[in-house]
Amino acid sequence: MNIVVNGTAHAIESGPLTPLLDVLREELEITGPKAGCHQGGCGACTVLVDGEPRRSCLLPVAYADGAEITTVEGLGTPESLAPIQQAFVHHYAAQCGFCTSGMLLAAQAYLDGGGTDDPEAIQEALGGHVCRCTGYAKIVDAVAAAARGESFDLTQTAVGKYTTVTTGGAT
Amino acid sequence: MATASLAGTAATEVLRPTSEAEAVEAFGDGDGVLVVGGGTIVVPDLTYRRLRPAKALLLKDAGLSGIENEGGRVTIGAATPLAALVDLPAPIGPCAANIGDREIRGVATVGGNLCAGEGYEAPRGDLQGPFLAVGATVRSAGAGGIEEEPLESFLERRRSRLALSISFQTPAAGAFAALDRPHTHDYTALAVSGARGADGTIRLAATGVGWWGVRLPSAEAAADDPEAAGRAALEDVDPQDDALASAWYRRKVLPVLVRTVLTELEGVA
Ligand SMILES: Cc1cc2nc3c(=O)[nH]c(=O)nc-3n(C[C@H](O)[C@H](O)[C@H](O)COP(=O)(O)OP(=O)(O)OC[C@H]3O[C@@H](n4cnc5c(N)ncnc54)[C@H](O)[C@@H]3O)c2cc1C
Ligand code: FES
Ligand code: FES
Repeated sequence: MNIVVNGTAHAIESGPLTPLLDVLREELEITGPKAGCHQGGCGACTVLVDGEPRRSCLLPVAYADGAEITTVEGLGTPESLAPIQQAFVHHYAAQCGFCTSGMLLAAQAYLDGGGTDDPEAIQEALGGHVCRCTGYAKIVDAVAAAARGESFDLTQTAVGKYTTVTTGGAT
Repeated sequence: MATASLAGTAATEVLRPTSEAEAVEAFGDGDGVLVVGGGTIVVPDLTYRRLRPAKALLLKDAGLSGIENEGGRVTIGAATPLAALVDLPAPIGPCAANIGDREIRGVATVGGNLCAGEGYEAPRGDLQGPFLAVGATVRSAGAGGIEEEPLESFLERRRSRLALSISFQTPAAGAFAALDRPHTHDYTALAVSGARGADGTIRLAATGVGWWGVRLPSAEAAADDPEAAGRAALEDVDPQDDALASAWYRRKVLPVLVRTVLTELEGVA
């Protein structure tokens, strides 16, 4: 079996029933996709398979034979983040980050399919993804901003905001 | 590098048929064969070795996917993903759209949903209800060869069969009512499907009142009076407590859903 991950072709040694998630993480050491529940319930393992968002923990690698896989490593680079990644940073849509790679890929698929900034449509698209940190509002804001094509200067993201000024002193 | 995967599948022979005929032959009488449709239920079972089958039959490339409509008779291949069903008429389309989320519907198959087993903590074959309501028939293979039968009898013996396709006559009207799910990860605790055939006959079915979908014959007999039909439906079921809802709650809500579906059917000319 062969898969292409982020543009690089790989011959796969794992057995055909091995979940794609385990092939990516254990055989290919591509650790962007996370194993949150390993049974389809959290979305942390979501990757794009031929452009479609898929839970990689549920997909026998035989079902991805010949496919092009995109993981978060293939979205952008630290120096040049993809627009959806910039939007997540700007909107503080990640805290611990465990859900983030799955969220980003599901969001990318939503945007690639012409998704708009309608919050309900975004919630529907990300419905399979659990986040234990953010409370989701910031994630929806980030996807909406990306859908509107907004761009961000991340060097300015925190300037003038989120600054605590403490006054007072010895009496 | 050898994988450190949890999947202890080395002892399992993997069969990857590329046509219906090959799939039927590979399945044989089904002894020791685990059928993998979309895998959304069985893959974790394999990963965690709750299942250690002698053979696994992968349906993805077996040519069992697709929907045909010949003069209102619709035939759906068993390996068709649920995403392809969401635009079908009620009660089937709305039920399919209510299953899981986009990523699950993209791979989960009709055959896997019809054959979804007694779950660990809740039933999970939501499409059984709508397909019962439209009087669907299932074509399947196994001991004795290829046979076609009503979904009711197929459900009784689904463990020993390879589902190939499911067919139904498009109803004159259809309706689907379900308890809302708090999150897409939850299964539907209770749902009622109804369909009115071209001859005016009304068929009703429920999921969430047992391990698989059931017809509601007493409610059907009282279909002219939605209130009475709702009460009558309780004679047709023996719901259980599970992780999603108590039997008590299901008995409270079933009449409401039956009433909703019948009222909706009345409204559709
Ligand atoms: C996050 C999540 C949410 C879910 N939400 C729902 C929900 O809302 N409603 C719901 O009903 N289900 C839900 N499910 C369960 C499951 O995804 C669906 O029931 C799905 O349709 C199963 O199809 P599959 O092809 O993936 O099944 P598989 O895992 O491939 O198979 C399921 C069972 O059917 C057998 N089988 C598969 N195909 C055939 C065939 N052609 N002939 C004979 N036997 C066959 C298998 O051997 C196995 O026993 C959910 C699952 C997850 C992970
Ligand atoms: S690890 Fe795949 S859905 Fe949770
Ligand atoms: S950021 Fe922690 S789970 Fe989402």
